[in-house]
Order: sequence, then C-alpha cells, then structure tokens
Amino acid sequence: MLDDTAKNKLIEVHDLKMHFPIYAGIFRSHVGDVKAVDGVSFDIFEGETLGLVGESGCGKSTCGRAVLRLYDITGGSVKINGQEIGETPQNELRKMRPAMQMVFQDPQASLNPRMTVEGIIGEPLDEHTKLNRKEKLAKVHELMDAVGLNRTFSNRYPHEFSGGQRQRIGIARALALNPKFIVCDEPIAALDVSIQAQVVNLLEDLQERFGLTYLFISHDLSMVRHIADRVAVMYLGKIAEVAPRDALYADPLHPYTKALLSAVPEPDPDLTTEDRVILQGDVPSPTNPPKGCNFCTRCPSVMEICRQSDPEFREVLPGRFVACHHFNENTNAT
Amino acid sequence: MTDTATTTKTEAPRSQWADVWDQFRTHRGAMIGAAFFVFICLLVTFGPMLWTLEPNYIDIRAKNQGPSMAHPFGTDQLGRDTFAQVLAGGRVSLLVGVTAMLLALFLGTLVGVVAGYFKRLDSPLMRLTDLFLALPILPLLLVIIMLFRDTLRAAFGPETGIFILVVSVIGITSWMHTARIVRGDVLSLKEQEFVLAARSIGTPSRRMILRHILPNVMSPIMVSATLGIATAIITESAISFLGLGFPSDFPTWGRLLSDSTNFMTLNPERVIWPGLAISLTVLSVNYIGDGLRDALDPRIRGR
Repeated sequence: MLDDTAKNKLIEVHDLKMHFPIYAGIFRSHVGDVKAVDGVSFDIFEGETLGLVGESGCGKSTCGRAVLRLYDITGGSVKINGQEIGETPQNELRKMRPAMQMVFQDPQASLNPRMTVEGIIGEPLDEHTKLNRKEKLAKVHELMDAVGLNRTFSNRYPHEFSGGQRQRIGIARALALNPKFIVCDEPIAALDVSIQAQVVNLLEDLQERFGLTYLFISHDLSMVRHIADRVAVMYLGKIAEVAPRDALYADPLHPYTKALLSAVPEPDPDLTTEDRVILQGDVPSPTNPPKGCNFCTRCPSVMEICRQSDPEFREVLPGRFVACHHFNENTNAT
Repeated sequence: MTDTATTTKTEAPRSQWADVWDQFRTHRGAMIGAAFFVFICLLVTFGPMLWTLEPNYIDIRAKNQGPSMAHPFGTDQLGRDTFAQVLAGGRVSLLVGVTAMLLALFLGTLVGVVAGYFKRLDSPLMRLTDLFLALPILPLLLVIIMLFRDTLRAAFGPETGIFILVVSVIGITSWMHTARIVRGDVLSLKEQEFVLAARSIGTPSRRMILRHILPNVMSPIMVSATLGIATAIITESAISFLGLGFPSDFPTWGRLLSDSTNFMTLNPERVIWPGLAISLTVLSVNYIGDGLRDALDPRIRGR
C-alpha cells in the first residue's frame, strides 16, 4: 500500500449497491430485489488495471455498468477524479461521459448493424465535439490506425467483420473521446483464444500509449493474471478479496479465492491437481442471500460465526483486503 | 497490413442512400413495381389532359357499351366513359391511399416508439391503442363525419374538405397495428448492447431513437406501409359506398367498384378495370416495400 499512496486514486467506489426490484402478482407489487451488487467498495489508481473476477452471475458486469452509472444505482458512492457521480442525474452525467467509456462483451451486439464503421466510431465525436466532417473523418481514421484496423474499412458494416475486428471497432469507439477510465466488460469472452491474445495485447499497448485506467472484468483467471495489476474477487454481489496480482495468485487468503484459483486448468498433466478445492452446491439466489457471510453455504472452512454475522471488508495485510472471519482477530481467538 | 501502404487513398464516406439505391436497383421485383407505380402516378396525373373526355359527361345513348375505340374501357349505365373515370378516380384514390398511409404510419410509429422506449408511457399508450382497436369503426365514422363534414366543407371547399376528413378518419383508425408491432420491436432493441453503448457515450434519448432505434425498426414499418396503402384505398371505397365520403358524382376507384357491382353480370369489365387498378397498385407498392426493406438492411445488402 505504501508505494500506492503516491499514485492518485482515479476511481473510488464505496458501498455500491445495485438492486433490481422484482414485481409480481396482479398488482405488480414489489416483492423483493435481485441484489446484483450489494455493498461493493474498491479504489482504482490512475494508470493501473484492476481485474474483477468471479463466477457467472456474481454481479461483475452489473458492477462495471453501475460504476459508469449506466444504471441508476440503489446506494453508495462512486467518485471519479474526486467528483461524486453516484447521485448525478443522467443529463448532467452526459458532460462527464467522455472521461469514462466502456468496451462491451459481445462485439456483435454492441455495434449497431445499420451503421458503418465510420458512423459507429464517429458517434461519440458527434455527441461531444464540434468537428467538421473532414476533421471527424481524420480522427476516425487515426483511431482505426490506433486499434489496427485498415482505413479502407470505414464504409463497411459490422456484419462484414470478424469477431476480433468488431471488438477493435468497439475499442476504437471507446477511445474516441480520449477517456481516462475504461470499463472492459469481458471484452475477450466472445472471442477465440488466438484473437483473445491479440485484443488483450492491444488493450495493454493502448494503456501504455494513452495512460488509460482499466476495470477489466473477466472470468478468465489466466487472462486477468496477464493484464491486471490488482485483482478483485467477487462472489454473490460482494467483494471477497482485493489484492495485488502476484500476492493474490501466490497466496490467496479468502477461501473462495482459493477455490477459484484451484479450478484453473493445469496444462501440464504431470503436475498434480489432487489438492483442488471442489465447492459443493450452487450459488445461493441473489434475491435471498444467506444470513451472515455470503459464502457460508459453500465455504470449506465455515465457522459458526460465518452463519451469524457478515464479515467486515478490511485490510489484513498491506494492500490486501479480505472479507472473511478467518482474518478477523476477534474470531481467530475462539 | 501490407495493403495499407498500397491503398493510401481512402474512400470518402459513401452516403448511405447511395448504397440503398444500389441495392434497390438489384431487386428486380421492386424495380418493376416502382416503374409501374410511377407509370400509374403519371397516368392519373397527366392522363386526363390527353384523354380529354369528361369523366362526368353523360352520353345516355352510349350507355353500357363494351370496350371500343371511342371508349377503351367501355361506358357505364349513364354512358360515362369508364377510362376517364378510372383516370380521375385514380388521382383521388392514390392521394387518399398514400396520405392516409403516411398519417397512420406516423401516428403508429410515434406511439409505438414512445411506448416502447419510455417505460412510464408504455402502459397508458398501449391502453389507448387497445381502446382504438376496440372502437367500432363504422359508428365512429358516422359520428365523425356527421360532426365535422359541414365545418370542413365550409372551411376548405367540398372536395378538399371531404379529402381531409376521409384521410384523417382512415389515418386515425388504422395506426394501431403499426404501433403494436413497432413497440414490440423497440422493446427488444432497447435491451441490445449497442443501445447501452450509445448510453455510455452519452447520446440523449432523442438522438438515441433517431439514430439507433428507428433505423432498426424500419422493416416492420415498411411492411405496414405497403399494406396500409391497400387498406386505405379499400376503406375509402367503403366510406364512399356508405355515402359518407366523396359525393356520388365524384369518381374514386372504390366508388367505381361499388357502383359497378350491380351491373357485374351485365358488364363484368366494369368491375374488372377499377379492381385491376387497385390490385396492381397495391401489388406494385408491396414490391417497392419489399425492395426498400431489403435495401435498408445492410446485412442483406450486397447479397
């Protein structure tokens, strides 16, 4: 943490909550909430990549979208560059949009099929700048160069491209307004492995060139290990652990992180995989999370207190935050 | 990457409409339909100048004649020339059909997009649509025409007044299906990631609708449009048949058709001519719509 304090906190998320209401019955009464993100706190320093990992449906994508205020959040605060945007109405948020952009998961669905590449990459320029046609075209071509797309493709439509090229279009669109912060919402999940490497390397190059800060959402642990500086592990709408990458992969603290890391496939058949932590059962429903620790229903080292009270998310070692009763001094004594 | 060096000159962005026209030209049916539609339009616009016989000129000695050189489509029971009547009727019918279709399309698209896009307005607007669908059309027409015919006639003259009345009555009573189809499409489009991407860029709702939603609901709108012209022409004839539309000496295709039904056994060709005119117009409009829908979709374009 000591060397990190020198850096500037670009994003500060505190106790972020995103609940989706459920309405049922003939009167459409409010019967509950899907607690997709339920009290998440993390900081992202300028120029770093925070990897956000977790299994499907744990609220990673929702968290990324809520940080960008694509949803109206239920509670908590989000600060970008020290400016609070948690409560800002959408039309005022519009002016701040250039600083924060997003790369989407499905490159096919995230591009309007009826717009040319030039139109798609130029849309943010239309919205936020007053360039004339010629300047705009020059800027679009510059962006296409930056992401490695041939300039002659600018009149083509998204369906004429391969998945990797489409993702490059999406990245070019996100870069158009010179953002500081980009949320990459599983940008590689829909691509095949050889293309994944290309796109990740492209993202890294761009980070170096433009000094970008990423929130990199993924369920691919090895890819996150490659790109992220710090990693946050999410489980059922809450952050289980945040730690610098190497420390997390070398010595995971939270039992869920241990289980997650031990599930990474080992390519060498000679290496033993016998000490795998196999989790039993399913993820509880986010509409009705268990009392106490969210992970208590599946935790291999569950204690009595885990079923009683929610563990505090606290810094147990410098730079390492864990939400687990095992690392709580008071409970460790018992 | 080698070809970036060779092709240093990059094409200027092509206008989308040039692409659309290129694709439209490759659709043979659409081109024939468009040519025929233009032909009919020109015929009914300039035809009466060439075929100078008055459509309402009564020549009782020449009644109920078959096709001849003097009367290519024959004459009716009062000896009026059917060809001249079809030409004169086409003006009104086409104008009513196209205008009423545009009105219905505008209303339907507006209601559908607003209902689909703005969640808060969805329920009230859809109940309004249900309400209009549940209205009994004929009594409603009677009431509307009773109430407004004389005021409109006084304000715009007998023919323009009735024209405005008929067009608005048809437009107001036929937008509901378009609205429902458009709403459904907008609902599913709204959840697509590119709409979310546009929101993350900060595109305001107005431009979101114009840039992302409307171009993508073009296909159902086109289909509604082509069917709408046909329905409008037929509805106009029904209104005229009931004596609520244009005056009885004012020919329209629908009125010609309903007038001749009594003489169908005697002079079958009298039903055939206006019927043929309506069917061919509708058919050509359908083909135009088909071609336009394909041309507007870049995924189909170039195939």
